[in-house]
Amino acid sequence: MKPNGALHQLEQESIRIIREAVAEAERPVMLYSVGKDSSVMLHLALKAFYPMNPPFPLLHVDTTWKFREMIAFRDATAARLGMELIAYTNQEGLREGVTPFTHGSRAYTDVMKTDALRMALDAGGFDMILGGARRDEEKSRAKERVFSFRDARHHWNPRGQRPELWSVPNLARNRGESFRVFPLSDWTELDVWRYIAREAIPVVPLYFAARRPVVERAGQWIMVDDGRMPLSPGETPRMKVVRFRTLGCYPLSAAVESRAATVRGIVRELECARSSERAGRLIDFDQAGSMEKKKQEGYF
Amino acid sequence: MTKAGAILRFLACGSVDDGKSTLIGHLLHLTGNLYDDQVAILEQESARLGTNGAGIDYSLLLDGLTAEREQGITIDVAYRYFATPQRHFIVADTPGHERYTRNMATAASRCSAALILVDARQGVLPQTRRHALICALMGIRRFLFVVNKMDMAGWSEQGFREVQAQCNRLAGDLERFGLPRAECVAVPVSALNGDNLVALSPNMPWYDGTTVMGWLHAVAPGEGMEHAAPRLPVQYVIKVARPGGAWQEGADGAFRRGGNGTFRAYAGTVVSGSLKRGDRVVVLPSGLRTRVREMWCGDRLVRQAVAGMAVALSLEGEHDVVRGDMIVAEDQRTELAHLFKVRLVWMDDQPLYSGRHYLFKGVAGTATAGITRIRGRIEPDSYQRLAADHFSLNDIGEAELALSLPIPFDPYAENRETGGFILTDRLSNATVACGMILHPLRRTATVRRQCEEIGPPERAAIKGQRPCVLWLTGFSGAGKSTIANCLERKLYTLGRHTMLLDGDNIRQGLNRDLGFTEAGRIENIRRIGEVAKLMTDAGLIVITAFISPFRAERDMVREILPGGSFVEIHVDTPLEECERRDPKGLYRKARQGEIPNFTGIDSPYEPPRAPALRLGTMARPVWECADAIIAYLREHGLLPE
Repeated sequence: MKPNGALHQLEQESIRIIREAVAEAERPVMLYSVGKDSSVMLHLALKAFYPMNPPFPLLHVDTTWKFREMIAFRDATAARLGMELIAYTNQEGLREGVTPFTHGSRAYTDVMKTDALRMALDAGGFDMILGGARRDEEKSRAKERVFSFRDARHHWNPRGQRPELWSVPNLARNRGESFRVFPLSDWTELDVWRYIAREAIPVVPLYFAARRPVVERAGQWIMVDDGRMPLSPGETPRMKVVRFRTLGCYPLSAAVESRAATVRGIVRELECARSSERAGRLIDFDQAGSMEKKKQEGYF
Repeated sequence: MTKAGAILRFLACGSVDDGKSTLIGHLLHLTGNLYDDQVAILEQESARLGTNGAGIDYSLLLDGLTAEREQGITIDVAYRYFATPQRHFIVADTPGHERYTRNMATAASRCSAALILVDARQGVLPQTRRHALICALMGIRRFLFVVNKMDMAGWSEQGFREVQAQCNRLAGDLERFGLPRAECVAVPVSALNGDNLVALSPNMPWYDGTTVMGWLHAVAPGEGMEHAAPRLPVQYVIKVARPGGAWQEGADGAFRRGGNGTFRAYAGTVVSGSLKRGDRVVVLPSGLRTRVREMWCGDRLVRQAVAGMAVALSLEGEHDVVRGDMIVAEDQRTELAHLFKVRLVWMDDQPLYSGRHYLFKGVAGTATAGITRIRGRIEPDSYQRLAADHFSLNDIGEAELALSLPIPFDPYAENRETGGFILTDRLSNATVACGMILHPLRRTATVRRQCEEIGPPERAAIKGQRPCVLWLTGFSGAGKSTIANCLERKLYTLGRHTMLLDGDNIRQGLNRDLGFTEAGRIENIRRIGEVAKLMTDAGLIVITAFISPFRAERDMVREILPGGSFVEIHVDTPLEECERRDPKGLYRKARQGEIPNFTGIDSPYEPPRAPALRLGTMARPVWECADAIIAYLREHGLLPE
């Protein structure tokens, strides 16, 4: 295999997408979720506009249930790059006490992630929203355009997507309408890690195997990141060497047992992996077609 | 880098139910590109739906939309990614239904190879030929005809040879149509059982050709864009105006040579050919000649950039280069033109008529585009050119296009990046067509406009007035002509030079040859617009009274006139009232079916969204309406106070 040839091609195509989106935007923004894909996307944006700082702010939808290490990494990254960071929390949901434990993952995701994202985008009046989603993550994502139109309510219409020809996207829109732009559409999980290795891109340490306090729930390892995690009677956190393949809110992201403590180790692990990345994402299993539904309503 | 380790982008197409999704799903599985939990979910879903008996239904892996699984069809393209030790692949699984042709074209526009599925029992179908045509028009030159369902055709060699002959005929027809010769291979498979996908099948000992994977590994990726003429459309201008500061320390000294402290670089992708530091280049459309001073790929200075690389470059000297400009090699310049013969794939529910205007977008910028002539339709299964006066959804055809400004381009056959474009509707924002430039037309070059010693301003000045077009639109019987006559009389009294155009003097003379079909109506308005333009050039105040039901045509007239001289006046009488008045008895006839395509009855009226003036005529005398128009003209400086 000559992964560098393919990686180079993916990198160059993504930079073209980022430049096109920003050039046609009135108010661009990058949805920065602090994960590995966001880290790669941000790195590509730095290259796209070098030596200028990318001409847009970073937006993080903070559910208040992110791993503490993620928040620390986020703030350090924005400060290091001198980029504006907008951290948005749905205050109404917070006041009503919506948590993944009290309201279930579905309602919690609707309120603290999807609603919050819509509110944050409306508040900023953003019309071109860069996101790190990849088509290989999930079946309905595999169907989505690179430049994906959203109506004024942020809804996606999977049956009526605009044709997308060559590298000439139709970005015409009326006030209030917007585009979600996915520069990493054609990347796979393995591509992302190989690129992180090649470019030495900093990522949240949670991706690397370490001893962490976990409890077993429904056959999956959930990390006890802070004192807010309700434990059942008799349930005590155990220390296990685990890492995260995908990062979201800590009660909804399962850890995997792994010894991969370096980027190279992760690449080697993935080259012979037998299960997919989203197997650790609890919210995707709520119901069949659940991602499509969430996306239609405005989820990334 | 498009050679070693490059990615092969290919699509799977063909008629509905020929097994595209099954083929791709099975290929992913056999090449070890499915994870265990994906296979587990797939097995569960297959068992629940029972679409493939006890076996796995691989199409469930790709039909990712709920509506697709409910209806058992593919609506939109699914992209899948897989790799073997030799190569990376991006495969687009495309919908077979004719209705979703535009989604199939979306996939084809970025692919360099096509798997065309054919059901061994049915042979080449009209939809197979349509897909092959679209692939070929889009510039794909490598076809693998995957003759599927051999298991259900008794593994018959003779059956396969017959289908193979049909495929060869198809390839020959494409060549006779005028497309370059494509590389065509046929392989017999069972996508369901996996025969001949990665290994030669014992069920077909008579076949010793390539397997599907063998072909995918052997076929050349890309289109050889690195050998085409160098082109770089400018996407974004990078400007850094910070003399001194920490940012400079790590950066190359070249940044500091930017004159007054502003560093300026033009960011874009080298879409074809290659550019080197020091190359002589021309910036189009301005024609500026200069040299490439420095070139960056990301944060690295590079000496050379080849097709596919996203770079930023600085030019020698201080220039005003903007997004949409194209940087080309001086010795391989491209042409500038604004009249083209093009091929279109029509993607909108609303048909295309000549005279309609859209927005043109290509890598080298945007412009307003008018369809000046429809040259004919291409029959998608016989590849014959047929006469046509319009294109409907999914039609493929040839037309002439006039742009509002000249753009740099290459014919599509030479360059897929600089020869392709889309047309969008200016109101709905929908993508209505994709197009490929065949060649420029040179009409304007030979018909030079006469040098005008007396121009429109002089002609208007001698009459002491500001020419304009007062465009009255509304239903038949709304009162347009009555108001227009009264208005002209009033303007005449004020000493204005006017001309009234209405059905009486236009339909019976200049436009006598036009009917009342949609095409006829569009041409009618186009001619009236041109006449009105000539008359404003002559210095006249023109009043028109036509139903002019379509927004697009009124906008077209607005565009050909100088800014601010088109005054749209909506004579807004409700349809019921017009029908009650029925001054010429036309509504009665239309209701009885004697007049087809009558506006308001069986043909739509699109009211102006933001007219300069909206005149209600209920309980309002004609003279008051005319006075309202005169008041408007005074307010807007078109008539002296």
